[in-house]
Amino acid sequence: MAFNFPAFSYIIALIVDAFLIFFSLFHVIAFDELKTDYKNPIDQCNSLNPVISTSEYILHLFFNILFAASGEWFSLCLNIPLIAYHINRYRTRPVMSGYGIYDPTSIMNADVLTRCQREGWIKLAFYLLSFFYYLYGYVIALERDRIEHT
Amino acid sequence: MEIEPLWCATDLEKINWLEGATFVRPLFKMYQPTPNIPEQSLPNGLPPNLDTSKQNIIPHDKAHYQFNGVHSAHSSRSSSPLVRLGHIPTSQLPPARSIPSSQLPPSRSPITTATQKMAGLSVGHSMQSVNPKFSTSTPNLQSPVSFGPNSAFSPISSAMPKPKSSTELEDTAVTNSRTADITKPQQTGNHQQAFPTNSIPNQQQPVPSGSLLTRPNQQQSVNLPSSSNQPFQHNLPQQQPQLRPVAQNVPQQQPFSNQFNPPQSMPGPQLPQQQRPPAQSQAPPVAIPPFPVRGHPTNHKLHSTKTIDRHITFQVCRVLTHPPQTVSSVQGFNGPVQNLQGMPMPATNQTGPPQATYQPQASPVNGQKANLHSNRYPVQQTGSPPSQPFPQQQQSGGPLPQQPYQQAAYSSQPQSQYLASQQAPYGPQQGYQNQYQGVTEAGFNKYWGTETIDLLQTPNVLPPRKVEAPRIYLGQEVLDQANCSTDIFRCTMTKIPENNSLLQKSRLPLGVLIHPFRDLSHLPVIQCNVIVRCRACRTYINPFVFFADSKRWKCNLCYRINELPEEFQYDPVSKTYGDPSRRPEIKASTIEYIAPAEYMLRPPQPAVYLYLMDVSRLAVESGYLHSVCNLLLEELKTLPGDTRTQIGFVTYDSALHFYGLAEGQSQPHEMTVLDIDDVFLPTPDNLLVNLKDRMELVMELLSQLPNRYNNSFDNNSALGAALQVAYKMMGPTGGRVTVFQASLPNVGPGGADGERGRLAEDYSGGDASQSRKRLLQKYYNTKCKSQLVFEHGRSIDATSPPFLTPSMTPRKVSLALECSGQQIAVDLFIVNSTYVDIATISGISRFSGGSVHHFPLYKSSKALSRDNFEKCLRRYLTRKIGFEAVMRIRCTRGLSIHTFHGNFFVRSTDLLSLPNINPDAGFGMQVAIEESLSDVKSVCFQAALLYTSSKGERRIRVHTVCLPIASTLHDVIHSADQQCIIGLLSKMAVDRSMQSSLSDAREAFINVAIDILSSYKITLNLGTSTSGLLAPSCLKLLPLYISALLKYAAFRTGPSTRLDDRVKAMVDMKTKPLYLLIQQIYPDMYPVHNLESQEVILNSEEEPVPLPPRLQLSARCLENKGAFLMDVGDQMIILVCPNVPQEFLMEALGVPSYDDISEQMYEIPVLSNLRNQRLHQFVNYLNEDKPYAASVQVIRDNSPNRVLFLERLIEDRVENALSYHEFLQHLKTQVK
Repeated sequence: MAFNFPAFSYIIALIVDAFLIFFSLFHVIAFDELKTDYKNPIDQCNSLNPVISTSEYILHLFFNILFAASGEWFSLCLNIPLIAYHINRYRTRPVMSGYGIYDPTSIMNADVLTRCQREGWIKLAFYLLSFFYYLYGYVIALERDRIEHT
Repeated sequence: MEIEPLWCATDLEKINWLEGATFVRPLFKMYQPTPNIPEQSLPNGLPPNLDTSKQNIIPHDKAHYQFNGVHSAHSSRSSSPLVRLGHIPTSQLPPARSIPSSQLPPSRSPITTATQKMAGLSVGHSMQSVNPKFSTSTPNLQSPVSFGPNSAFSPISSAMPKPKSSTELEDTAVTNSRTADITKPQQTGNHQQAFPTNSIPNQQQPVPSGSLLTRPNQQQSVNLPSSSNQPFQHNLPQQQPQLRPVAQNVPQQQPFSNQFNPPQSMPGPQLPQQQRPPAQSQAPPVAIPPFPVRGHPTNHKLHSTKTIDRHITFQVCRVLTHPPQTVSSVQGFNGPVQNLQGMPMPATNQTGPPQATYQPQASPVNGQKANLHSNRYPVQQTGSPPSQPFPQQQQSGGPLPQQPYQQAAYSSQPQSQYLASQQAPYGPQQGYQNQYQGVTEAGFNKYWGTETIDLLQTPNVLPPRKVEAPRIYLGQEVLDQANCSTDIFRCTMTKIPENNSLLQKSRLPLGVLIHPFRDLSHLPVIQCNVIVRCRACRTYINPFVFFADSKRWKCNLCYRINELPEEFQYDPVSKTYGDPSRRPEIKASTIEYIAPAEYMLRPPQPAVYLYLMDVSRLAVESGYLHSVCNLLLEELKTLPGDTRTQIGFVTYDSALHFYGLAEGQSQPHEMTVLDIDDVFLPTPDNLLVNLKDRMELVMELLSQLPNRYNNSFDNNSALGAALQVAYKMMGPTGGRVTVFQASLPNVGPGGADGERGRLAEDYSGGDASQSRKRLLQKYYNTKCKSQLVFEHGRSIDATSPPFLTPSMTPRKVSLALECSGQQIAVDLFIVNSTYVDIATISGISRFSGGSVHHFPLYKSSKALSRDNFEKCLRRYLTRKIGFEAVMRIRCTRGLSIHTFHGNFFVRSTDLLSLPNINPDAGFGMQVAIEESLSDVKSVCFQAALLYTSSKGERRIRVHTVCLPIASTLHDVIHSADQQCIIGLLSKMAVDRSMQSSLSDAREAFINVAIDILSSYKITLNLGTSTSGLLAPSCLKLLPLYISALLKYAAFRTGPSTRLDDRVKAMVDMKTKPLYLLIQQIYPDMYPVHNLESQEVILNSEEEPVPLPPRLQLSARCLENKGAFLMDVGDQMIILVCPNVPQEFLMEALGVPSYDDISEQMYEIPVLSNLRNQRLHQFVNYLNEDKPYAASVQVIRDNSPNRVLFLERLIEDRVENALSYHEFLQHLKTQVK
């Protein structure tokens, strides 16, 4: 049973996706803390910004590049909306001079806060679902590979 | 016959049929005659007062007829009743129906022929067509089924238990319809004829007599809702005044006419809920109006009929019940008698017999209605006493000046904001309105003029006096008085819509503006061991809480029941125990607590002041150092603070200069730090020193400083480094950093982007070459690519967002935030002559709760700018200051505050961190309605500001404002506060222009105006027949302000605005308190050449102050022989026109001739003559409210400076901007 490239990209996506799930959990919790006045927005943004913008966006982009390389177009298509959203989000981040997409000075505005929180939940759901999809994709890729070899 | 002359008058009027005036008058008369009626029945003992008039009175039949005639004529109202015969609304019917033909009046001696005719006509007509029309016209009320006689009677008793039930409504309706069928004795006929007025007394009659059980009940039940209705109460006074003869006529009419608005889309069921139980019905008239309220048809036009129906019903009821009584018993007569009493004196007596009888019955009903607030408002809230509305009207803007435009005249009067907003849409009068509306559209559009202003027809829309903030009416006098001053707390609406969809429909922005630290002349300060707060939401106890009993109170924000501490029973004023409501906390909604220790995280900090001064070449040239140091020298002893006050100085150019003020030295010791990239403090101490101990050294330093850098030619300015040092110096304590900046900060950390600066300068100069533009574009694309939204997508100018948003490095933002965290506020004084990138450097103030002051093109050699700078600085140095402050805004459950405007850092969803708070800082919050508020009567906002005073005391200043709930669109729109809306809009627009683009913000402004006016038009429900641009009186200035905003420095287009000025204007929008903001947006202009002949009022010191009328900011208001003063807030400009009277020049200005007014006339000489005195008094009067006196500049009409004045005539067309009138035209095309 050979380990082909599509299967590799799926297993990577699987692992990375697990991280992403944790990130979005972290994200949701962080905003909940903010909302309940548990944490200072400055600290919260300082901890959130690197996780979200650098890690999450880059990781997500990374396994999608793998998908593209391995020709898994369907999986890629599933992720394209989120990529577009991420790019747009980064492009219009409030503090242009920094890389962070959360601005402690505006984050406490109730509308921003609720939007971010909703975003966290939606992403969490998306990553969870796609986790199982990647698992399935991984198995399929292996199967396909096995069938071809036999 | 006293009455007769009146009659004649009315008839005449009717013939000429003038607007609302005539309309009201008939009513008034009707009241008068009614007293007479009972006299016939006198035998059983009339009240003495009535007796007096007995002899003169016409026999009662006659009187009635007259009234009838008049009334009917009146109701038909337009000059020719005939025309309308075909489609007379049911409104007219009632009177007509009930009248037996035999009674028809024709020959009454007092009545003029005209009236008689009219009466006859309407009556006759109505008789014929009554029944069918009636039923049809009020479809929702009366189902055909209900017409049956039985239903009419039976429902009454059932109505009692459930006053609000819809069935009841039907009942009343039924009875009404019945009336037509029943043949009545004379009496009935009379009553019905007289109906609008008569009906009132009738209702009351039944109550007193015990035998009349069923009827009275019904009445009461009916009454309940409406009487409890606040708006209605307002009506009351209006109605009552009618009784009083002449003088008040005008005001009375206003209210009346106002009501012509049909209540828009009233949710019928909701109304009753909100209404308060009228346990204590006040004046008899109050009880009357309720009827209309009850059944709201969704359709407005139907309203009128219904109201009428109700009236009729009552009449009928009375009739039905009475006839037997009248025959057999005294009581029967009693009824009418009482009517008499009640009717004539409603205005004055609240205890008339009918009322008294009412009360007991009404109260049980109340219990049923009790809701959240029931304990607080167990009783019907007392309407404002009859007398109240009038004075207020007058306040809110005299009708007189606007008279030239007929419509305007009426509209302005009634529309005194309070009235407009407060009127009960459902008052009895409204019933009439509706009638009229129903009657015919032609001829009644005029009426709308009384309520609505056609902006296109009203060039002079400004009230002659200051625009007063609309008052909030909670329905209880006590609460109204306790409510927070509108200067401090202001909401964009005086009534909060009950749910979000209603808010959306009205298209009004919802938000509050707060000026929390305003200088107050009277502020109750409380020191107590326990500050009473809600245990759940931490709300401070306030006048609007509900007391469950003397030991417990119910929070008005979260509705939790809390215990009241023992101590709270103690009244510090009278030094006795007892009623908690005597406590100052319960009496005043603005209050200050001296906080006990648990409100301190650390010992209160001392007052610490650090001054950072730019000493680069440009700064030295501007010469600001002299002013600053001299002023500081003068004011050192008056700086707010105690014995711990510390002070320090740092100057900076391309290096940092520290001044060690060590003990024992005779000279300040200067230390220079050249390394500005990695700053450090040269010595650990003696940089910030105790002011008291080192006073001499500090003074020595201040006297040396101005000339110390005279020979420096350093062009650099290391503001970033200086701020970092400041942070290091003040970190442990916190305090206030004052920065004087004269040039673009260009070196060191956080130095502004030099390239950006240069480009922006080019641009603001407007002379950038094409190649330069391309370069600029490239620059944008590389550096600011995200927010690249150029105006119209093509041309770029300095207004595009990249220049408006700070180009802050994360480091600089974080510095601002760190400062905020260490309780350091940075205040900026920008005395620039070139571009300094305020957008960027104001960020440090923005997040640290500081303030920004800007003096463009400052040169100390220019007397005007120096004067202005010094005044501002002096105020700044000596004003109150609060350190390490936080402000928390709470609001009633169901509302949420979602966006904050101002200078602060939002630390939590409702917590603003304000390292410093000053009396000139204003804040704005946008509010969202998250849950339906229909089950509460009022909502509250509470702002609590916790700060350390300069004396080292920890204090909490609490402001609470309470607003009633409105359930109809009509109410909501009429409760709008135009100035506050403008204040909030401008803040939102600043955000918009930062986030997207200026043109977006401008469009948003226009859209807001269009939306609001459109929704108002929908409210009016006029269909397509109207022309003109209609606005409610409370919003009549909105388009004016918006057109002014579009020409305001922050939002105008065109290259003529320097970028710094624009940004500063935006900062002002965000941070200035409303009253200053409005003045900047739309300056006040007054004629001052004839002050001595103007009306005079007394100011606080009992000195006479002339009050010239405000003028529109248009050249058409200027006269060639006048002098005009424009008050722009921090500046007053007096424009003297060439043909001004010689006496004015000589006496007021002290110059021999027109040409002798110099170009630099910056003050008005003090002379001892009346004109001069008056001018000074007037200027001082204008200065009273300002944080510091404005500088005065006198300009000849032919001087080059006249532009200063003329550019502010913003109603006129200026380069690439519409005039006000054109703007209105534009709105009109858009309003659908």
